[in-house]
Amino acid sequence: MTQWLQPNVMALSGNGQLLPSQFPGKAALCSRVGDLRMVKVEPQNRSADDLRRSAQMAAAQAGDRAAYEALLRDCVPLIKVVAVRQGVAADHIDDVVQDVLLTIHRARQTYDPARSFTGWLRTIAERRAIDLLRRTGRQRAREIHSPLAFESYAEETADPSRTAGDAASSRRVNEALAMLPERQREAVQVLVLEERSLAEAAIATRRSKGAMKVNLHRALKALRAKFEGKD
Amino acid sequence: MTLTPHDRLIRGLAADLKPVRRLPPPLLRAFAWLAAVAAIAIGLAAFADVDAVWQRITAAPDLWLAVFGSTLTAVLAAVAAFELSLPDAPRVWAALPLPALILWIAASGFGCLRVWIAPHTHVAALGEARDCFIFIVSLSVPLSVLLLAMLRRACPLYPGLTAVVGGLAVAAAAASLLNFFHPYDAAATDLAVHAVAVALVIGANRALGGRIFGSPAFTPSDVTADEVAPN
Repeated sequence: MTQWLQPNVMALSGNGQLLPSQFPGKAALCSRVGDLRMVKVEPQNRSADDLRRSAQMAAAQAGDRAAYEALLRDCVPLIKVVAVRQGVAADHIDDVVQDVLLTIHRARQTYDPARSFTGWLRTIAERRAIDLLRRTGRQRAREIHSPLAFESYAEETADPSRTAGDAASSRRVNEALAMLPERQREAVQVLVLEERSLAEAAIATRRSKGAMKVNLHRALKALRAKFEGKD
Repeated sequence: MTLTPHDRLIRGLAADLKPVRRLPPPLLRAFAWLAAVAAIAIGLAAFADVDAVWQRITAAPDLWLAVFGSTLTAVLAAVAAFELSLPDAPRVWAALPLPALILWIAASGFGCLRVWIAPHTHVAALGEARDCFIFIVSLSVPLSVLLLAMLRRACPLYPGLTAVVGGLAVAAAAASLLNFFHPYDAAATDLAVHAVAVALVIGANRALGGRIFGSPAFTPSDVTADEVAPN
């Protein structure tokens, strides 16, 4: 139900959408009344998008998951723009996005709705992008990038007939994976195939780290038993 | 429909969302920590000969300047550390305690000359200097634990710098409180012991703080029996 409470109050519906207001301004206070959240606003030059994000973040601080999910989705393109501007390579943009989303989650209690959300997000994204550039810079100092040398390197053990064998074993692995229970398959997929850390995998699958470990262990045991039995 | 890694992460984060209490402004939080230091100071004053302390400190300008410098360093470093603990804080906050730190070092250093100017004053013997060291380090432990716990509630994106500035606040506070039980004039050996104790406290905070602030963003706590049940 939409209900205007005060002229300087913006209402946020239950699904996290900010209801249109003719009183743009500065979000300063958020409280919850029934399924309505009120954001007290003071006049200031902030864009409507920024005000909406501020209100969504204030709602997220109060525990509104729908508003939070909508806000995080809205953040992804903004983070990408910042990462590109900072000079992050295309194949690392997604890493910055994930880092920033995790940082927003960890830092959500520090956000003050009286200040611009977009500015807050931009600063965090810039710092995370710089962190990543430093990390990859260090990596580059240790490793060399020479695609030509890689291409022209003749592997001594190379065997053209192996391609067919590889395809067959890959099919066997896929079949074995398909037969695993869903949670075990998911653990193998995220931790082994996608090479994600335990913490990231736990977040992505919404399971605890302990459960991820247990499922991976069981999956590997099942796979080992299956292949050892066959071979 | 397959979910992208961003979608999965956003869903995971939204599912993990719990209501949070917005952090009070950093200045207020810094004063809360300083209030704890002041409470310790009042407690220590009950055991100290306050008149003698006052007479000693006001005897020479370098002595009260050193006490003023260390106290001001503690206050400004605490404010800077709480500001730096916010993810969007500019790094320049770290410079805030520097003028007070220079005053503290300069006034203490000037005190060393006293040994040559007035050779008959009582300077600390090695055993007494060891007591100073133990006092500074042992008082720093509870102050550091409290400060790191309070700083961790925010989300510093410069963990090392935040921990160093926090360590400076702790060491300066402990060195200021030492004046209650320090009936000696400054001397090079005594000062060196103080410097080593301060450096040790800052170093320990840096090592510990960097680790604490850099710990994983969050760990899902919703372990259900279903997830780890035998498959």
